Amino acid sequence: MNAPLRKVAIAVLVLFTLLIVNVNVIQVVRADGLRDNERNTRRISDQYNRERGAIVVAGNEIASSVPSAPDDPLRYTRTYAQGPLYAPVTGYQSILGTAEGLEEAEDAVLNGDDDRLFGRRVADLFTGRDPSGGNVELTLDPAVQQAAMEGLDGVTGAVVALDPATGAVLALASTPTYDPNRLSVHDPDAVRAYDSEITPEEGSGAVDPRSNQATDERNHPGSIFKVVVSAAALAGGDYTPDTVIAAPRDYVLPGTTTDLQNFGNEACDPSGQQRLIDALTISCNTAFAQLGIDLGEDRVREMAAAFGIDDETLDMPLEVAGSTLGTFEGDAQLGQSSIGQSSVQLTPMQAAMIASAVANDGSLMKPFLVDSIQAPDLSVIDQTDPEEMSQPVSAEVAEQLTTMMRSVVDNGTGRRARIDGVQVAGKTGTAETGTDAPDHNWFIGFAPADDPTIAVAVFVKNGGGTGGDTSAPIARAVLEARLGQGN
Amino acid sequence: MAGLTSAAGTDPNAAPVGTGPTPKRRNTELLLLGFAVLLTMAAQCIVDLTLTDALRPELATFGIWFSALWLVAHLVVRRFAPYADPLLLPCIAMLSGLGLVMIHRLDIAGNTLGRNNSGEDAPVQLLWATVGLALFIAVLVVVRDHRVLARFAYTLALVGLVLLAIPAVLPNSEINGAKLWIRVAGFSIQPGEFAKICLIVFFAAYLVDKRDVLALASRRVAGLELPRGRDLGPVLLAWVASILVLVFERDLGSSLLLFGIFVVMLYVATERASWLVIGLLLFSGGAYVAYQAFSHVRVRVDTWLDPFAYADTGGYQMVQSLFSLGTGGLFGAGLGGGRPDQVPVAKSDFIAAAIGEELGLFGLVALIVLYLVLVERGLRTSLVVRDGFGKLLAAGLAFALAWQVFVVLGGVTGLLPLTGLTTPFVAYGGSSLVANFGLIALLVRISDAARRPSAPPAAPVAKLTEAPTEVVGP
Repeated sequence: MNAPLRKVAIAVLVLFTLLIVNVNVIQVVRADGLRDNERNTRRISDQYNRERGAIVVAGNEIASSVPSAPDDPLRYTRTYAQGPLYAPVTGYQSILGTAEGLEEAEDAVLNGDDDRLFGRRVADLFTGRDPSGGNVELTLDPAVQQAAMEGLDGVTGAVVALDPATGAVLALASTPTYDPNRLSVHDPDAVRAYDSEITPEEGSGAVDPRSNQATDERNHPGSIFKVVVSAAALAGGDYTPDTVIAAPRDYVLPGTTTDLQNFGNEACDPSGQQRLIDALTISCNTAFAQLGIDLGEDRVREMAAAFGIDDETLDMPLEVAGSTLGTFEGDAQLGQSSIGQSSVQLTPMQAAMIASAVANDGSLMKPFLVDSIQAPDLSVIDQTDPEEMSQPVSAEVAEQLTTMMRSVVDNGTGRRARIDGVQVAGKTGTAETGTDAPDHNWFIGFAPADDPTIAVAVFVKNGGGTGGDTSAPIARAVLEARLGQGN
Repeated sequence: MAGLTSAAGTDPNAAPVGTGPTPKRRNTELLLLGFAVLLTMAAQCIVDLTLTDALRPELATFGIWFSALWLVAHLVVRRFAPYADPLLLPCIAMLSGLGLVMIHRLDIAGNTLGRNNSGEDAPVQLLWATVGLALFIAVLVVVRDHRVLARFAYTLALVGLVLLAIPAVLPNSEINGAKLWIRVAGFSIQPGEFAKICLIVFFAAYLVDKRDVLALASRRVAGLELPRGRDLGPVLLAWVASILVLVFERDLGSSLLLFGIFVVMLYVATERASWLVIGLLLFSGGAYVAYQAFSHVRVRVDTWLDPFAYADTGGYQMVQSLFSLGTGGLFGAGLGGGRPDQVPVAKSDFIAAAIGEELGLFGLVALIVLYLVLVERGLRTSLVVRDGFGKLLAAGLAFALAWQVFVVLGGVTGLLPLTGLTTPFVAYGGSSLVANFGLIALLVRISDAARRPSAPPAAPVAKLTEAPTEVVGP
């Protein structure tokens, strides 16, 4: 009987090896997936049993963890002071395991796992102190954020305001907004109910408030892109604001029968030509389409890339979708792209970066939303240093562009952005959507023009009016909120 | 090993060829037992310090009790089975120690969360271990020679079948959909655990008796030595019994366990691989019909194939078990550091998941290897022991342990469909613990016979050593 016994012994060895291999697969290969599975409540209960760090704006906590009711098995509840106002920035964290905004992007700091908090974690271990997360102090200016959200009241859109000298984000607004408090309650059914309440019906055309219009959504920029084309022209040295360029009533795009027209099908100038500065002031489409074609794809593309339009996402640390020129198939498309149509798609953040670079003597500062990371005792453990991203144009060209953009606000389509006693530079944009949907309305600008403290981009989705009518007044309110503080 | 096979005749006193006096290795056993007790106590302290920030006074009581348990077991083995395999006791000491630690740990989790305030299960389990030890001692004291058991084979078969049938007949025996339990004086007893051992003893006696007929009378079909139709009787009977267990007690695990043990013992007894093929065919047929006919079998299989598709219903336990294991990862959350209480019935069916979560892959593999050592020692006993009945009995008991561990751990880790079997020695549950103590007692008894040197001792060797030292004069 010993021969079969030995075979049985070997079979047992094989069976146990199978067990061990299978356990290896689960605990090593599949471990991360299982640990982070949204149904795995361990992750969530761990998070809610330590005090998550706060998100702070100007000394006030806009997201913080407060002790839960005594009968709540999860020790802390996440609350958002002024939830709807800051929702585009904070995002939310729900017990269903979903998170967005800074709650997701800065999760490691907020929950205390970040490497920069390592020393403190070790200390917690020895002192028996309950571990808690680090705080995230933001660059936002509450007054500017407030003005931005109020300006967007009732429309779908976004406002981004930057400090051109540093790249600090002063406002990041997106509408429609939502109340993150209703997604952070500990009753899963209540969370699901609110979730389905704000999730738009398929095909209704409505927008999910959790999609960030300022950073996630890209749209045709329309005429604000003419600033980039102007920069490409001026940077070559062969154009000045006073260079006279062709500005016909109609322009048939080369190689096509497409007749490109100006807004309202009007002539830009009775003579059929005008100075570059005048073409920008009245936003002459035929002039800029032809200018873009004259400059050629390379010069337009290079300048766009220098402003940050390079298909790359940007981490600030909210992720900003990459803005793009798309690909041009011939001059006809280059002409259309030069007026911000065709395949050109920008995020409002990118639009604000264009204004910011012009405002800062041609130097584009990398946008950042987090000013500092603080340990739970408020000691600063990491501070963001302003960083130049690129220098798309020289200081001289920036000066010329500023002059042209001032003319837009003083004499042209951007009149409604004027502020008494302050020089405002800007550019409007009214972008066709390519469908029956109403046009998008844009405005980018900065103030005071001679020494800017704020650059802004306003985007109103399918606003239906013009950039000058719809978006410029919002921009003015946002600029005033900053300037009124004596900055 | 043709030599050993031929030596495995009926003469139990025939000496193994070419071996000197067998060392008893009782001190090795004592040392290993001390190590197992020490590890258990260290783990208990870690659990208490992590979860309650204090060491309870009860810990001392536990320590003394637990140590005494194994000391007594050791002394009994020293007295009544001095040549027994020295690894069997330390293995089960470590396994039950680990089980007690995890059950205690889950007790604390249940009480602090105030949810399923299940009270203190660890002391109850320790009590059961004591009862198990009593059975262990009783078996070793009463059964001085395992061959005696063969005489009671048919009685034990009857006892086994009755035990197996009791829950199906009695009312109120259903727990979690399976009818496995009888309630006696407030305790739930799973008679199937004891039935298993009775039936293995019967199988061993029966097969040793009939193995020539089952092995020799055969026809050759398609390269396989197939038995005659009338010799198929026993295997068909075992198969029908398994199916009946499945139908009337809705117990997939016991059904699979009993049938598997029987087929393997049949194979060992007859050395005919055709029995394995026949067994496999019968099993496949039964499994297919069961899948078609019984919804509870279907649910088990479906949730096994894709637990996440049924994560809120039938697959809930499985998914929670996978989360528990996955979260544990390589090194585990540490004792008291995880949330194994989130897995339903973590103390009994899913205790392996709890161990995997807190002790990690290393802990779980150590557990599996511990079982492997136990099983292979049992199979080794079977190889060495000289009488056919002992050989088959040891093989059956060892394989039963292996098969049960494979089916239950495979179930918890998603390798096999879930069954209601318990993790031997580790899981909470009195019947299983007591029955397995009995099983190990039989293995200890057989291994004692296997390693005992032939009596009388080889005379010349003894004389040489006893001879006075010759003094060489100057």
